[in-house]
Amino acid sequence: MIAAIRLFGRLMMIAIRSQMQYRNAFLLMVLGTFLTSMVQAIGIWALFDRFGNLGVWSVAHVAFLYGTINIVFATVDITARGFDTFGSSLIRTGQFDRVLVRPASPVILVAAREVALHKLGQLLQGILVLIYAFVTLDIDWTIGRIALYVFAVSSMYAFFYAIQIVRATMSFWTIETLEILNTISHGGMETAQYPMSIYKESFTNFFTYVVPLACVAYFPMVGVLNMPDPLGSTLLTQSLAPLAGYVFFAVCLSFWIFGMKRYQSTGS
Amino acid sequence: MPQILVEGISKTFRVAERNPGFLGAFGGLFHRRHRSIDALRDVSFSIDEGELVGYIGPNGAGKSTTIKILSGILVPSSGRCEVDGRVPWKERREHVASIGVVFGQRTQLWWDLPVIESYDLLRDIYRVPHSRYEHTRDELIEMLDLGSLLDIPVRQLSLGQRVRCDIAAALLHEPSILFLDEPTIGLDAVSQLSVRAFIKQLSRDHKVTVLLTTHNLDDIEALCDRILVLSDGQLLMDGSIAELRDRYGDGRYVAVELESFAAVAPEHEERIVERSDSHILFSVASDVPKFIDDVLSNYPVKDLLVTHPPIERVVATMYQAERIEH
Repeated sequence: MIAAIRLFGRLMMIAIRSQMQYRNAFLLMVLGTFLTSMVQAIGIWALFDRFGNLGVWSVAHVAFLYGTINIVFATVDITARGFDTFGSSLIRTGQFDRVLVRPASPVILVAAREVALHKLGQLLQGILVLIYAFVTLDIDWTIGRIALYVFAVSSMYAFFYAIQIVRATMSFWTIETLEILNTISHGGMETAQYPMSIYKESFTNFFTYVVPLACVAYFPMVGVLNMPDPLGSTLLTQSLAPLAGYVFFAVCLSFWIFGMKRYQSTGS
Repeated sequence: MPQILVEGISKTFRVAERNPGFLGAFGGLFHRRHRSIDALRDVSFSIDEGELVGYIGPNGAGKSTTIKILSGILVPSSGRCEVDGRVPWKERREHVASIGVVFGQRTQLWWDLPVIESYDLLRDIYRVPHSRYEHTRDELIEMLDLGSLLDIPVRQLSLGQRVRCDIAAALLHEPSILFLDEPTIGLDAVSQLSVRAFIKQLSRDHKVTVLLTTHNLDDIEALCDRILVLSDGQLLMDGSIAELRDRYGDGRYVAVELESFAAVAPEHEERIVERSDSHILFSVASDVPKFIDDVLSNYPVKDLLVTHPPIERVVATMYQAERIEH
């Protein structure tokens, strides 16, 4: 296990260094993702400025949710790049065979193959928005709230990472990327940037019980912010909800293993 | 017990077919027709420790499928396969730690990294102890003459240099078996020779078992005492190269370039395989020196080259012969 983590770290460092060889392109892309995501954040702020609060959610509350989600999503984008490009760069080219002749976990080898450093721009935007929320909100950070926040963030990370794994797994069957899954990853991210309580019930149910997005984002954040929840969650359910992110990850990982078995019996 | 044991292996792929065009692609979403392709049919052979075996056959014969099964990448549809007493796809990780694989057309090195750093990474992936690694690495660098290439990023290497680096990369963990899939494809003559010399040395001095797939009959002749011939998923022959030539491909190709266009006598005409303007390719079954004498004295020859018939032709001849027998 420790050896596996060390290997992962080494491969990641190598991936970062490979990308740094193209430094100007890298800097421009960081700037690009930063500016696009900044424009989006300013647009949201303008809407709040014009139309006022979303119920009890002030612009700072939404910024707290939004900043956290964006930080996690950008981190997943950066670190799950190997899965993101899995179909095009490993399956279609047959390079996955090479992965399979290594005495190491294919998950680690694929995950650490590439790093999308240019998404650092989006990460930076998330951090700025979150700082704004922190300064404005004056949250009472008890040990319990800090623990819940860390728990929620890690489970959000597992959740969005799992979706990338599912997308990659689909490549075992079809070489076309399934854009429909983007509605869950990118669409999910945009959905989770706002409080769940503003959506229709069927929509909320889907994102709670089928794809547990609300469990990793909205519910625990309501707990951390100590907000009333029109959906009726209690502090207990809010604190336990992030577990769903880990379960989701485990399910998606078994799907990956299933897909890999199938690849081995059918070839590409 | 042989080191590599393959018994009655078959592999059938199901390939989805769809109609051409946009409508076809759309229809494929709802309803797919499948076609079965038998990549391997009841293939059996065994290889002992330290053997150097050539695996030949035309494109699509199933060579790569066999290598993939032996490497634990693919699971066969039926049959038994053991390498060093292990079933490759069942104990994949343990198995791949003791084999080396070179796919000639694809590199296993990190594209943007200097060669030496790829090697260091492989040491970590294979968990080779440091002292052991340094010793093996330095030995390989010397044998393959890689000293001047180590600090160059892989993307800047020529194909010949890259293949040599790739072969070393496959051996850093001292595997007892090496699978080489088309190692000389696309290489210039000098690189081919150095790769061949290395494989020979590896087999002779280090007793590494080598299974070599190739289209290049010269590889086989220079290296292998034994060949396996595969065609259309079936093993047609398991024997020596001399046996193959004796039975199916005895003879030579004589390629002649003429100073100017000239008509060819009827007794030579029937031996023409191919002709374009002043280039003529003859197939000569026996007494090649006499034939060359004839040609030189009768035609204005500018250049002349004697080669073995291409492996595809030998195998095609063999395949026809075998089909008639069956």
